[in-house]
Order: sequence, then C-alpha cells, then structure tokens
Amino acid sequence: MTSLPEPSAIKLGLVIDLDICVGCQACVVNCKEWNTSGYGAPLSDSDAYGAQPSGAWLNRVHTFEAGTGADAKVVHFPKSCLHCEDAPCVTVCPTGASFKRSEDGIVLVNEDWCIGCGLCAWSCPYGAREMDPAEGVMKKCTLCVDRIYNENLPSEDQVPACVRTCPTNARHYGDLGDPNSEVSLLVAARSGFDLMPEQNTKPVNKYLPPRPRRAANDTPMSLLAMADEATPSGFWKWVDSTLEKLG
Amino acid sequence: MRPAWSIIFFTSISGLGFGLAAWVVLGFIDLVHPQQIFGVGGLVMLLIGAGLLSSTLHLGHPERAWRALSQWRSSWLSREGVLAVLAMLALAGWGWHVFAIGTPPLWANIAAALLMAVTVYATSMIYASLKTVARWHHPLTPICYLMFAAAGGLLAILWLQAFLGQGQSDAFELAVLLALASAWGVKLVWWQIAGANGSGSTLASATGLVGLGEVRSIMPPHTSENYLQHEMGFVIARKHASRLRLVALGLGGGLPCLLVIMDGGSAMGIGLALLLHMAGVFVERWLFFAEAKHTVSIYYGHQH
Repeated sequence: MTSLPEPSAIKLGLVIDLDICVGCQACVVNCKEWNTSGYGAPLSDSDAYGAQPSGAWLNRVHTFEAGTGADAKVVHFPKSCLHCEDAPCVTVCPTGASFKRSEDGIVLVNEDWCIGCGLCAWSCPYGAREMDPAEGVMKKCTLCVDRIYNENLPSEDQVPACVRTCPTNARHYGDLGDPNSEVSLLVAARSGFDLMPEQNTKPVNKYLPPRPRRAANDTPMSLLAMADEATPSGFWKWVDSTLEKLG
Repeated sequence: MRPAWSIIFFTSISGLGFGLAAWVVLGFIDLVHPQQIFGVGGLVMLLIGAGLLSSTLHLGHPERAWRALSQWRSSWLSREGVLAVLAMLALAGWGWHVFAIGTPPLWANIAAALLMAVTVYATSMIYASLKTVARWHHPLTPICYLMFAAAGGLLAILWLQAFLGQGQSDAFELAVLLALASAWGVKLVWWQIAGANGSGSTLASATGLVGLGEVRSIMPPHTSENYLQHEMGFVIARKHASRLRLVALGLGGGLPCLLVIMDGGSAMGIGLALLLHMAGVFVERWLFFAEAKHTVSIYYGHQH
C-alpha cells in the first residue's frame, strides 16, 4: 500500500556534517560497492568504460561554493535519500512498490512490483532516485537495511556503508525520532537543518552547517608584517647596527 | 522534463478519444445503423486503447502494468488507469445498449460523459499533482487537458457528421470554433502564468547554505549525464520555445478554425482540420514536458 503509514516512533536516518566533509567520494564508492551486491538487483552501469559512462548510484557528492572573494567557502555536499516523513515518492507510486516502513521509517522499493514508470523520481524534489539502466526498476538508498539489522556482521559494521567508510566522520547514523539519541543531540547542538523545507516533505535526514569562519582579527599576523615590526635586541641589535654602519 | 514520445502520444490521443466518446454518448452523432455503431465505437476504442497501450511503452516492466491499478487511494497514475478501464467498460456497455435496446436514458449518458471527463482529469493530475515541477503544479493544468479533450472531440464529431453525411448546423460549427478558441486561449494564459514564480526552492534552500552569500555549483557529482539530468534536466526546447508555441497555436488552433470556416463542411476539409489540430496538440504536449523544470536541476546549478 502506498499510502503513508502513521509516523513511526523510530525514525532511522543520517546526519551529514557539511563542516568536515572533504568530498573524497569514499561514501559514494562504498555505497555502490555494498548495494550492487545487496538489496535487490545489482546497481548497473552503462558505457562504463566508454566516452559517456553512466549508471545508477544511490549517493552523490556535489561541490558548491558560497560567498565571494576571501570569504568564499567551498562546501562538499553528499546527497542521498532523506527518508522523508511525508514522502511524495511513496504516494505517487501506482503499484505499491514504493513504500515507507511503519516500524523505522525507511523508504524502500519492492523491485518485484516496480513497473519502472519513473513517477517517483519525478516527485522527489532532491533527485534521490535513479532508474537502473539494465533492470528497469527504480533504485534508491535503503539506509543499508541489509547491514543495520544484520546480526551476522560485527556490531561496528551494522551501520550504513557510507557511514562506516567516511574517513572524516562527516556522516552519522541513528534514530532521529528519539530526542536523546546521539544524532538528535548533535542536530540540536549544531543547528541541523532540512533540505528544501518549503517542499514540505519533512526529511528525516539532517544536515549540519559549516562552522562560521574565524573573524579577520583572529587570524595570525603575516610573516612580512612580523619582520617589519620586530625590533632586534642583544646580539642581533649589535649585528643590525653594525650592518647599518657599513652603509 | 524529457518529452517521451510514448507519453505525448498517450496524453494527446487518449485525450481525443475520451473527448470524442463524451460527445458521442451525449448524442451529438446519430448512430442508427449497426455499421455506424461499430464504426464510431471502434474508432473511439482505438484512440483510447492506442493511447493507453502507448503509455506502457516507456515502462521498465510493461508486463507488470496491471499492478498500476492497485493504488488508486493515493496515486493519480493508478486512478487514471482504473478510470480508463472503467471508461472503456462503460463505453462497451453503452454501445451494446444502443445496438441491442436503443439509446440509454439521459442520466446514463450524462454519467458516462462525466466518467470520460474525470478520466482526462486524472491524466492531467498525474502531472499537476507534482510539486517538484512548478509549471505543472497549477490549477489551470487540468483545465487545459479537459479543454483540449473537449475541443478535439467536438472537431472529431464535426468530421464524423460530414463523413457519415449527417446534417451539420451552423450553430454546431460555431460551437467547435468557440471550443478550439477557448482551449488555445486557456493554453495561452497557462503559458504566461503557470509556474511563473518558480518552485519556491533555490540553491540556498536546497543546500541550506544560507547567510554565506550567493551559492554556486562548482563541481557536479559525476563526469557525464546521469539519469536525473537525462530525465529531468532536458533543456533543448527552451531556446525555441516561443517559436514552437506559435507553431502549436497555428497548427492546432488557427489553421483548423480557418478550414472549418472556409471549407463549408466537407469530410476531407474537416478531416484535414482534425489532423492539423492533433499535430498542434502534439507540439503543445511536447512543450508541456520540454519547457518544464524540475527542482532537482537546482542542484546542478540551473536557475529555477
């Protein structure tokens, strides 16, 4: 049924820290690696070694620049499914293939029912869904549902692949429905925000803003300025005055 | 948005079919002989059926299309499918009644015509319900679809009257002209106002990078076009948009009206008018997709 379930108490999702993401693409690659052999059909590519390589990926890292001149800031911006509470991709699905789990809020696609009409991708404001070029079914982030509940994995691996692999710890996973969870506390402390709140999708995933740049008078004095201002003393004062005398 | 030929064909041809069906069940064409009942009925079913069949061509798994009839509670696409099946069943029943018993009672004819209209409305709502495409998400979008279905249907009735040698009244010709003019009139207004203010989303709201100055995309996440850009980042039409609008208006509105006025009601002339009208509607429907911008293009640095 593609009507949305009552909002679940548990809302599993990601918190992405835009302050420390370095845009290394490790999360993108590990996502593809895990999910091409995990839930559903493999994530296929087309023309992978040709001039126009393309394919289905569930996580993409954009790079933006904000501001101008010395104050410009480069921000690497990972984007994947936000597991919205009011997910338009679920309600538009004509077959019931696209659904939101009532127990933890994860949005998934039942690939055996998907007819590949693409309407869910049209309804998603974020571009979180991509059609698989070989299988003809819609692909999306599963929040690694086949890792997080997988008791055959060591406990440190029972998190989404992107979170497990991030070398800078810019990605956090947890229950955003619990106000006292680590991720919720992080969101509260760092003023985490929703993407495109005006689209009223109520995303579960949150983003943490880049920390403010230090003010100009906090920055270290330049070396040239140091050299100009320094007045020598002792031995260096004698060297200085002797050299002056030599003309 | 990428204009898929199967979808353009589906919305235009099934729209014409449902429009024609509505006027047929309301009694605008006399169906006396069995040949007329089966001929006109067959034409209506062919138009609707060809459109629906075409809509399954863009699917990744057409063999599972029957599943699309299940989620009518939430999905306009599913509602469209269910209503289209009901409409075809109703038309078959109507045709049988005319053939075996005689013209059905007025209430049944009105109900059947309303079912055709609601089906076209559902088709339009597949697009109009999408908040992500500002141009489509407008109250006039369903009106445009309904007006084109009604006007195309009336023109087809006029052609059938000529083709079957039934008398045509000047009043009916005038009604056809008025329907064509108002359909294109609403479309002209839609072109001006639908989505004119954008989706309300900006790169700042899409990234949450507010208070840092203007946000620019400096590096896309991939080196060549992906599904999102292929499907939702279609930009080819935009530079020719105003010229194509004129082509659509001329083919779909101007020339058919001239032919109806000047030809004097020959089957050949009205038939040509109908073909030109449909060519214009194809161009209009192509633009409907090609001109529409999706919020995801914001992430790729396009103004919205």
